[in-house]
This record gives sequence, C-alpha cells and structure tokens, in this order.
Amino acid sequence: MSTNEVRHPGLNLGATDEVTHEQAESAVFGFWVFLMSDAVIFALLFATYGVMLHGTAGGPTPAAVYKIGSAFIETMILLTSSFTFGMASIAMKHETGYGRLLAWMVVTLALGFAFLGMELHDFATMIGNGDYPTRSGFLSAFFALVPLHGLHVFFGSLWLIVMMVQVLVFGLDARVKINILRLGLFWHFLDIVWIVIFSVVYLQGLIA
Amino acid sequence: MSQGIWPAVLGRFDWTALPFVRAWDNPTASEIIGAGAASMVIIGAVVAIVLITWLGKWKYLWSEWLTSLDHKKIGIMYVVLALVMLARALIEAVLMRMQQGAAVNSPGFISPDHFSQLFTTHGTIMIFFMAMPFLTGIINYVTPLQIGARDVAFPLLNSVSLWLTGGAAGLMMASLVIGRFSTGGWSGYPPYTELAFSPDVGPDYWIWALTLGSVGSTLTGLNFAVTIFKMRAPGMHLMRMTLFVWTALCTSIMMIFAMPPLTVATALLALDRYLGFHFFTNDLGGNMMNYANLFWLFGHPEVYILVLPPFGVYSEVVSTFSSKELYGYTSLAIATMAIAVLSFTVWLHHFFTMGQSADINAVFGIATMTIAVPTGVKLYDWIWTMFRGRVRFTVPMLYSLAFMMTFVIGGATGIMLAMPPLDFLVHNTVFLVAHFHNVIIPGVLYGLLAGYHYWFPKAFGFRLNEKWGRIAFGCWVVGFYLAFMPLYVLGAAGMARRTQEVFEPAFRPWLYIAGFGALVLLAALAALFVQLWVSIREREANRVTAGDPWDGRGLEWSISAPPPEYNYAVIPQIRGRDPFYAGKRKDECYAPPAHYHDITMPKNSMTGPVIGILGAATAFGLVWHIWWLVILGVLAIVGTVIARSFARDVHRIIPAAEVAWTDMTWLRTVADATPIPRQLETSSANQGLAEIAT
Amino acid sequence: MSGPNEGKRREMWSYVIGYVLALALTGVAFAAVRWPTFAATTTLAIVFGLALVQIIVHFRFFLHVSLAKSSRDDLQLVLFSMLIVALMVSGTIVILANLRHRMM
Repeated sequence: MSTNEVRHPGLNLGATDEVTHEQAESAVFGFWVFLMSDAVIFALLFATYGVMLHGTAGGPTPAAVYKIGSAFIETMILLTSSFTFGMASIAMKHETGYGRLLAWMVVTLALGFAFLGMELHDFATMIGNGDYPTRSGFLSAFFALVPLHGLHVFFGSLWLIVMMVQVLVFGLDARVKINILRLGLFWHFLDIVWIVIFSVVYLQGLIA
Repeated sequence: MSQGIWPAVLGRFDWTALPFVRAWDNPTASEIIGAGAASMVIIGAVVAIVLITWLGKWKYLWSEWLTSLDHKKIGIMYVVLALVMLARALIEAVLMRMQQGAAVNSPGFISPDHFSQLFTTHGTIMIFFMAMPFLTGIINYVTPLQIGARDVAFPLLNSVSLWLTGGAAGLMMASLVIGRFSTGGWSGYPPYTELAFSPDVGPDYWIWALTLGSVGSTLTGLNFAVTIFKMRAPGMHLMRMTLFVWTALCTSIMMIFAMPPLTVATALLALDRYLGFHFFTNDLGGNMMNYANLFWLFGHPEVYILVLPPFGVYSEVVSTFSSKELYGYTSLAIATMAIAVLSFTVWLHHFFTMGQSADINAVFGIATMTIAVPTGVKLYDWIWTMFRGRVRFTVPMLYSLAFMMTFVIGGATGIMLAMPPLDFLVHNTVFLVAHFHNVIIPGVLYGLLAGYHYWFPKAFGFRLNEKWGRIAFGCWVVGFYLAFMPLYVLGAAGMARRTQEVFEPAFRPWLYIAGFGALVLLAALAALFVQLWVSIREREANRVTAGDPWDGRGLEWSISAPPPEYNYAVIPQIRGRDPFYAGKRKDECYAPPAHYHDITMPKNSMTGPVIGILGAATAFGLVWHIWWLVILGVLAIVGTVIARSFARDVHRIIPAAEVAWTDMTWLRTVADATPIPRQLETSSANQGLAEIAT
Repeated sequence: MSGPNEGKRREMWSYVIGYVLALALTGVAFAAVRWPTFAATTTLAIVFGLALVQIIVHFRFFLHVSLAKSSRDDLQLVLFSMLIVALMVSGTIVILANLRHRMM
C-alpha cells in the first residue's frame, strides 16, 4: 500500500497528501469510467461522420470548407493548454500555497477561451459562406461532432472557473483537490479527442 | 392559443392537446378510452396527493425517502416505479389484444393512430420504465449488501439516476394527459419519426423520455461498476463474489458502453427534428440506415442488460432452494463475461432485411448463435445445482423452474431467427413478437419477480404471502403461454406485427386465445397486488426480524431484516465463497463484535429530486417548444450542480453507542428466536433463524 | 532518489517530453497534408498513424497511464473500452459501406 503507488489515471497525489490520495481512488476512477462512456459517444459521431462524408448532396465538400491554418492554430492552442494544465497539477501537488496553481489555471482558461473563440469564428465564417448544417448530411455530421467537442471545452472552462473560485473559498481541501484531478482528466481527454478530430475531419478532408 | 404572447409562453400547446377536448369533439370509443386513461392519471395524482396530505406524511416522505441517499431506499423506490409502470403497460397490452381479437375484417374499437401509440408506449415503458428500473432497483438493494459495503461508491449520483428515471416516467405519464405519444414503435425509426412524417409532439416525448432515462442508466452503470471494483469487503476477491454480483458487475459495464449509442441516435434525431439537420432524412444526404445501426448498437446489449441480473437472481434462488452450493461457479462467471462481450457483436441481426450482402448477414448470424453457448452453460449449471439437492418449491423456485423450461423455447426460436433466410420469411410478423416475449417474460420478468419474493423479507422484515404468490405465479405462466404461443403460429402463417386490423379470418381463433391469455396476465398482476395487500395486513405473523428466512448463503442474510441504515455494524472479513453459509455451519455467526465504532454516512440531499424535476421540466419544454422553460431548466440544472459542489457538510456520524444498541437489540432477537427446519420456512413459525441440520 | 523535489522534477519532465513529442507529431501530420509528398491513401495512413502515436504519448506523459503494474487497472479499462469502440466503429463502417455500395 505504498503512497507513491499510482491508484488512478492522471496525476496522483501520492506522498504529498496521503489522505486525499486514498480518498481519490474511487472518485477519480469513477470519472475515468465516465470518460470512457463519453469516448463511445464521440466514437459513434466519428463513425457517423465517416459514413456521411459522401452525403454532400451536391453542396460543399470537405476540401472546400476546411481551412488548414486555423485548424493548426486551434490544435496548438489546445495542446499547449494541456501542458499548462499539467503545470497546474504539479503546482497543486508540490507547492504549499495556491498562487502558482491559480496562475497556471488562468493561463489554461485563457487558452481555452482562445480555442473557443477561434472555433466559433470558424463556424460563423462557414455559415456565412453557405456551409451550414442544414445544407447536407455531411455538414450535419460535421456540425454535430466538432461543436460537441467545443461544448465540452466550454463546460471544462466553466468548471475551471468554478474550481478557481473554490480554491479561493476553501483553499486546497480534499474535495477541491479531487475535483481538480478530475478536471485534469477531462481536459487531457478533450485534447485526445481533438487529435482524432484534426486527423479524421480536417486533415482527411484536406488531403489532395 | 396562437395569438399574442401565448405561443411564446406555451409553445405549441393547443386545446386539442387535451384528450378530453378531442373526445368531446369526436366521441369515438378510441378517443373515450384515451380520455379515460388521461383521467386515471389525473385522478391517480390527485388521490395520491390527498392521501399523503390527509395522513400528514409529506415531511416523512421527503426526509425519509425522496431525499434519501440510502441504496436500500433508492432500490425500493425503483421497484415501486417499475410495478406502477408494469400496470400501465400491461393494460395497454390487453387493449391491443382485445382490439386485434375484435378487428378481423372489422375496424374494432381502437383507431389505427391510437393503436400505434399503444404499441409504442407498451414497448417503451416495458423496456425503459419497467424492466430497467426493476432490475436497477434489485441491483441497488442487494449489491452493497452482498459485497459487505455500507453504500455505493457515489450515493448522490445514485439518487440523481433514480430521479432522472422518475422524471422520464413522469414525462411518459404526462403524454397521456397533454398531447400524444409517438407512433413510431419503441425503436423510433426515421424517416417516419422525422418532421416530414411526424411533426407532432409524439416523437419528441419519446426522444426526451429516453434521453433522461438513458443518462440515468449510464450513471447507474458507472456507479455499480466502481462500487463492485473498489468497495468489496476485505478478503472478497472477485472469485468469492456471489453470482448475482458478477451479473451486476457485467450489467453495469454493459450499461456504460451500451447506453451512449442510444443517446447518440436520439440526439441526432433530435437535431434533425429541432434544427433541420440531415442525419436521417430522405433527402440532402441523410442516411436513415445509420439510425437502425446506431439504435441496435444500443438495443442488442440492452436486452442482455435486461436478462443478466435475472440470471444472477436465478443463481441465488436455485442454489438456496436446492440447499446446495451453486454448481460450476467458475463456468457461470466466465459465461456471464462471455455473454456481456458477445452481446456487442451481434446487433445487425435486428436488421437482416435492411439490404446488406448475404456475407455480412451470415457473419452476424453466426455470432448471434454463439451467444447460445454461454447461456446454455448457465442453464446446465443451474440444473446440475438442483440435481441431488433438496429442492423446495417456494415461489422464487417455481419462477426459476418455469423460466428454465419456457426460456429455452424462446432461445430456440432465437436461433431460428438468427438464420438470415428464415428471418427474411418472418421479419415483421408476430413470430418475432412471440420470440422476444418468450425470452423476456420468462427470462427477465420471472427472474425479477423471483428476486422480489426472495429479497422482500430482507427489505421489509416480513415474508410475502405464499398462497397469493402461487396464484400469481400460476397466472403469469398460464397467461404467458396462452398469450404468446398462438403468435408463433400466426407469425409463421404471415400475420404482420403492429397491425390494428387483421384481414384473414383463419387468424381469429388464435387471436382469441391470445386475447384470453392477456386477460390471465392481467389477473396475474392483480394477484401480485393482492398478495402485497394481504402480506402487509398479515405482517406481524410473518416477521423474520432475525434476518435469514431461507437459510441463505450470502452476506445479506447475516444481518437483521430490515437491515440498519449502514448495513454492517462491523465490515466483515471474508474467507471464502458463501461466507454466511459456511459461518453458520461452524457456529461463527451472530456473535457481537469486540468493538463498535462511529459510522459516517451521507446526509440526505435534495439534489436528486431537484435535478429530476428540472430535467423533466426542461424535457417538457423541449417537447412543446416552450423555449423559456428550456433555457431556465438548463441554467437551473447547471446551477444546481455547481451549488452542490460547494456543499461541505454532507456527512453525518452515527455514534458507536447507537450502532451498539441497534446491533445488540437485533442479537437479542436472534437469541430469542426459534430456529426452524426448511419445511417450516413458509409458515409463520419462521422468525428468520435457520436450524442447522447436523 | 525519492526526495520531494526529485518527484516534482520527474513529473515536470513527463509533461515537457509529452508536449514536445506531441508538437512534433502534430507538425509532421499537418506538414504531410499541407505539402503533399505521398499518394492520398498513404498520406491518410501517415496522419492516422501519427494520431495513434500521439494519443499514446498523451496517455503516457499527461495521464500517467502506462504498462506499470500500478496503473494496470486503468490501462485495462482503456483497452477494454477501445475494444468495444473498435467493434462499434468498424462494424458501423463496414455495414454502412456495404449498404452504400449496394444501394446508393
């Protein structure tokens, strides 16, 4: 029953907070299970997208609609936000105060908002060009998959704000720490889903 | 309703949404029946409210039950919901059978539209609001007890799941009073359920009831998977768990993976209906065949989710009432896991006729047949358990025997249907209807009823009346055979399913038999409620407070009936399978522990009821396009979740002295009780203490 | 070897290495599409292959799920989930492709 034993995915509190480390096991594992069910939802939306790629109904095709530049920038933003969240997790585990933690959380939040802002702008541009979801099956599939991911990032950002408030209100008590661990899993999971999105949706669509 | 601000306030509500108005305008038998059903809902609600007020029980109901996070109470509430919905769906079945009997070359008394709503609600309720809550309730009650835990891993989430299911059931009942239900069957296939063909509120009620319910079930699966993995008592390795817990574990895992495809299917249909997307439309690149694919990716594992917990019940019941250890424990555990995994590989057999090549059909046909193997293993293991045992024909055992004989017939017709060429011949006939009722009724319903009878004394402290239990059992079995065997004949002769009128006079005698069978099933349901009434009246004579009325094997029988809130005063240390049975034989049970400790339990919470009610309200707003209600509902749900995350005072401590007092009182009851031999277990001599034969 | 700062530095390196690897894998994938050098199907295979590797990088370096004994349960859950996902996704694609070929 070593305290440095990895009891759940994501950062483990281990020796720096043994009590919470033990309490976290069920809570974080349960959230991990939830992420697996979310993964099934995304997987089926990817499969649906694949099935409906040809359903362009004489309308815009993927190559006509996607822009590699903005996809790349969005990818960089989200990937960096995963890294900054990792830094926040380390600050939570190893620092005694919570100043560093909050700073990294703010940076992550800013990157999250930047990602959302760019994505919303992309969608608005698409719709302005006549590439709206009611145009064809292909566009319907795109607009179910990618905005669902965006909606998850939105809720993740909201959760980040709530956690920052809770750190200020409660300090780093056990529940706050466990929730930040779970938020970390969520944030990394969303980046993994984005890897599949930029590969299956954007890059596949743009291959000449 | 369409002037001024009313559309903004009330969405697309219109007076003709009320069945009373429709019946007034057009007083046919069909409309009057509809209005009658709506009246029963309203009267039922009013009677319930008046009764609770008159008895002064609102505070009791709220603080002891509705806000409880106790898995035992949550389990009981699930079963109560299931029994109420069983009554509604069974009445709907009787109406359909009566209509078909009356409608041979004649219009009958139920209109085609009404009939279509009936078969849709019947299927939707039986699967999502009867069978799922019933098995979830039993899993809830029994699993923590059998693994030696005090509660589930996430008690608050458990309450939320219950209330999401309850809210969805409320939505189903609301559809009887305001509006109409879908006519697209419980599977809701587009393009029929798209706006182009069904612009009314019906499919929307269906979509949102299912969405609320499926989220609740996914969370339940998550809860029990984590509970069983992380909260077993010390020494309880996986291979020392009861078979019921094995099935609960595999069912939970299946729920986690099988509910999301349903969420996706209904969500995409909703996007089509609400925002004009083209997932499943006839035009503009829609692909309706993907709906069947997505729905059955859920639908097939779902039927194994339905049947595995009852299989777990059979393992418990057959072993207990054969006075013999379960035969082939390892093979039963492996068979359970095999069924769980294989259930994700066969879904195409629900749409053999959709147009795939024969090769693809063949692959899925063969995969379907392989599931018979682990199922057969289980059946043989139960039979071998009974062999050379001392079998007692109590009500749960009677259900198990009826299951073994009847389910096999349904399984055999399933193997027949697994062959694509044969399936093509009987696709969409009542042969299929006969098959699935032939596996669900003996497989699922009898198992859940057996579980209900078996664990009722544990939950409430007194046994159910055995005589009325046998009467109900007899009616369930006779009724089943009469109602469904004719359908095999009719289906093979070509009678289509879901038809409101029949045009072949040769079908008439079979339809009459089936209709009579439906009435016998209704009598079975009535007998079940009579049994409950009589049992409550006679409860003092049948008290089994000592807690072990059946000479049981699992941990749940080692504590009082009903158990204390925290289940175990001291968490037991496990040294093998069937620990309580072994302990009784070595005279190691019923000993007071060396020390009692304070026990920390969760406080009650209104988060569950609040989220359930808000969820149902949001769904109602979505159905009727009452957008302000939808926005408020979503914001309120998010707000509730955030607010709850700030709560810190969520536990209460039960002092060691109180634990000690409760335990000692019970141990004194056990000491005063007379142990009884098995011959007396259904008599009032049974106080819940088993005589150990030497 | 187990002072508190040692653990912290090891964990920081985990994220830095993961980040750098992910950047590289992403860059190559986008480059392969932006400046096409191979046939279309080959490029697609490269993109998907790089994605798979990057996912493993995320699991190993950000989520700390590896082949180590203590994270075995979590790895088993992920692998089982991926098995189910693979069955569902491959089944969907094969079935719907067959249907499209025969009917659309």
